[in-house]
Amino acid sequence: MADALAVELGSWARTWSRLRRSRSARVATVALCAIALLAILGPLWSRFPYDRLDWQHIAAPPLTSAHWLGTDRLGRDLYVRTLYGVRLSLAIGLTASVVSVLIGVAWGATAGFIGGRVDSVMMRIVDVLNSLPYLFLVIAFTTVFGRGNPYALFAAIGAVGWITMARIVRAQALSLRRRLFIEAAVASGAHTPRILARHIVPNVLGPVAVYAALTVPQMILFESFLSFLGLGVQEPSASLGTLIHDGAEQMGSAPWLLIVPASLLVALLLGFNLLGDGLRDALDPRDQTGLSLGP
Amino acid sequence: MSNGYSPAGKSPNIDLIMLAYALRRSAAVIPTLFLLVTASFFLIRLAPGGPFDTEHGLPRAIKANLEAAYGLDKPLIVQYGRYLEGLLHGELGPSLKMRDSDVSELIARGFPVSATLGAAAVAVALLAGIPLGIGAALRRDSTLDHLALGYAVLGLALPSFVVGPFLALAFGVHLHWFAVAGWHLDVAHLVLPIVTLALPIAAQLARLMRASLLETLQADFIRTARAKGLPEAQVILRHALRPALLPVVSYLGPAVAAIVTGSLVVESVFGLPGTGRYLVQGAIDRDYPLVMGMVILYGALTLIANLLADLIHGWLDPRVRHG
Repeated sequence: MADALAVELGSWARTWSRLRRSRSARVATVALCAIALLAILGPLWSRFPYDRLDWQHIAAPPLTSAHWLGTDRLGRDLYVRTLYGVRLSLAIGLTASVVSVLIGVAWGATAGFIGGRVDSVMMRIVDVLNSLPYLFLVIAFTTVFGRGNPYALFAAIGAVGWITMARIVRAQALSLRRRLFIEAAVASGAHTPRILARHIVPNVLGPVAVYAALTVPQMILFESFLSFLGLGVQEPSASLGTLIHDGAEQMGSAPWLLIVPASLLVALLLGFNLLGDGLRDALDPRDQTGLSLGP
Repeated sequence: MSNGYSPAGKSPNIDLIMLAYALRRSAAVIPTLFLLVTASFFLIRLAPGGPFDTEHGLPRAIKANLEAAYGLDKPLIVQYGRYLEGLLHGELGPSLKMRDSDVSELIARGFPVSATLGAAAVAVALLAGIPLGIGAALRRDSTLDHLALGYAVLGLALPSFVVGPFLALAFGVHLHWFAVAGWHLDVAHLVLPIVTLALPIAAQLARLMRASLLETLQADFIRTARAKGLPEAQVILRHALRPALLPVVSYLGPAVAAIVTGSLVVESVFGLPGTGRYLVQGAIDRDYPLVMGMVILYGALTLIANLLADLIHGWLDPRVRHG
């Protein structure tokens, strides 16, 4: 056990140094930190609340009034609203991937380690869930909890996000099951929950970290998509999805309403994807093909 | 993944084995579809509120009459039985909100539009993504490869609801090359929606094709093929391409799911009369039969795409059909 731990720590340190050497991962990290700081602190510097209507400045272009990035058709400050949207995106991305990691790891590790009939029942459930497009599950969930409730949205998105995670963890647990140190733990009388928590889970953390990093942008994308369709966040709250929807309706006369939220969403998605890719390369430098975790 | 693969020799009863595999695999679709219908029927009904809740509230007697007329006053399990019975006769029931239409009529009206767009987008994505991926893998670290990789990464970060409006803004509003919205079967109206749908799928296909071909080219049987003096073109076409296509084929299922979700966006951005809006509007209105009809339609499409992917997989890789 002590040996295994030492190897584990050593490989984490190596992973970290490899990650720091990747230029795209470094740029992505800096950009994401900057965006997150701006989202947290930015609204404090503006004197406009996100839902204040300013009838003197309706659909004002950027830099023409006290509203730095202009206003929408109701005179609401675009700078503040966009940053609120980014806050929501970050919160959704992080909580939904934490939820999906918790469910996915517990589900996958249990199925893979216990095996047999338990495994086939658990994985059949995953198969059925996986054959339904995510969208229906989330639409069903959001109709159950009522539209526009952000916590329902968090739960719904996290609840469908764990499926791929469970598959990855199960595959890893299946192969770990036959390893000597697990056999030794079983022989020394450790109970199943203890083996799962102390031996299986720590050994699947690498792939879990990579997939969790790649889940964040998927979840952010999903929330914006639902809000764009009108199934997510409701007025007067702002999400990047609703802002892009409103912006697209007025892109001929007020293109900044589309360009500002769209570029922040793309920056967030690009940043998290590059970070996830960097993490994957750092964990498994032999694999240059990007195939190991699927698309 | 494809290490150890070798092209199959012609075995005498290969068609029979393939047929058995196809039947076995197809039979699994029906229970899944049944589970999908059951799960979504009860999930949608769990939601508080109903289709006849309006802002001002209907008089109670009228609401009760309406619910009786549509059988919504019966216990849920009876409604479920009736729905299944109708389904067996191919009936999806009446729409609760669009009073004069059956769900099947609505689908018949919108589906040709969505299907045309979806099929065209898949074709465009295949024609663009696969050659790009192959080219990138064969000329590794060339400009083409870097462009393909950049496009693949960007494709993940450019959602259709961003690409669609930007394409419309650039090519419709400013350049006037194409129409910004509306449905006509001509180039001006079709190009932007199809490109919007195809772009992310082509990116994913290029990424998969490149990665998989690179890995296949390192396999032992490729070294053997080269060692026996085959021309490089033949090594690629006869030996490398077939196993390298396997992960790409597996992407067919997710690609159809992506087209389905993408079409919701594209139909809303470009104002097209497809089926996408029915799902969204039906969910907002609690129009139970309409949502169920859409879930069944899109669920069946996804399942069929996954089945097709598995069958092609079995045809390409003998290990699968014997499994």
